[in-house]
Amino acid sequence: MTHSTVYVLDQDSAFDFYTNKLGFKVVTDVPMGNDGRWLTVAPPQMPELEMVLAPVTRSMFSKEVSETLKDLVRKGTFGVAVLTCDDIYATYEELKARGVEFTKAPTKEFYGTEAIFKDDSGNWYSLAQLK
Amino acid sequence: MNGQAYPRMYLYRRLVQAKLFIDEHYAEPIDLEAIADEAFFSKFHFIKQFKSIYRQTPHQYLISLRIEKARQLLKAGVAVSDVCYQVGFESLPSFSGLFKRMTGMSPSAYLAEQQDLKAQITAEPLAYIPGCFAHKNGWLKK
Repeated sequence: MTHSTVYVLDQDSAFDFYTNKLGFKVVTDVPMGNDGRWLTVAPPQMPELEMVLAPVTRSMFSKEVSETLKDLVRKGTFGVAVLTCDDIYATYEELKARGVEFTKAPTKEFYGTEAIFKDDSGNWYSLAQLK
Repeated sequence: MNGQAYPRMYLYRRLVQAKLFIDEHYAEPIDLEAIADEAFFSKFHFIKQFKSIYRQTPHQYLISLRIEKARQLLKAGVAVSDVCYQVGFESLPSFSGLFKRMTGMSPSAYLAEQQDLKAQITAEPLAYIPGCFAHKNGWLKK
């Protein structure tokens, strides 16, 4: 897999969240006028996997679908990915210090230790240190 | 959603605060011994604990952080000599050598490459956007 998409409510805010708070690297950033940007970021240790920070635009969706999709994003409907790390407590403390909102603190599960956080739009991620 | 206690919580918080201090002050002359003191560690213990979590010593982390910040500034078009001093290096030859060792390219070559890329993107943005996405957004029609 080379690309994956996450729908965001505001690309500028998402850019700040994914790069400055989460530590992802910008891969491509191509402005396309009022329709937003082709903006992709990659996890620091997976530079080949591009996550598209996709705006919900009227060019792509009808008004009804656009409003529904934004509402679903806002309500935290979408769990986007599992991000693994070497040390969950260090990563948890650092992300919290950077302003990332966790909905579940690190908790032991049968597969390892897992926490859950939200991005600035409402999408949620599992952060895990696997056994 | 805040601190349920977990094993070594206070140790983690001290180490993370030290790392965040490096993140914020990387461009300044950093005294790692002073950071260790602030975190209530001996220098030896600080290096050992930092490395156990971050897989790098604090010094290695500081250098890699400076090089990454340098890469971002070069990508934005800042001149090589300005970048060198802005990220906290004191010697242009040392900076250039480290940058090349860590990225595979000299800073000037990287700067030129990024300037070319930026010009190409400005001239032909659709050449850098997958057709499916451009099509869905109606950009191909324009």
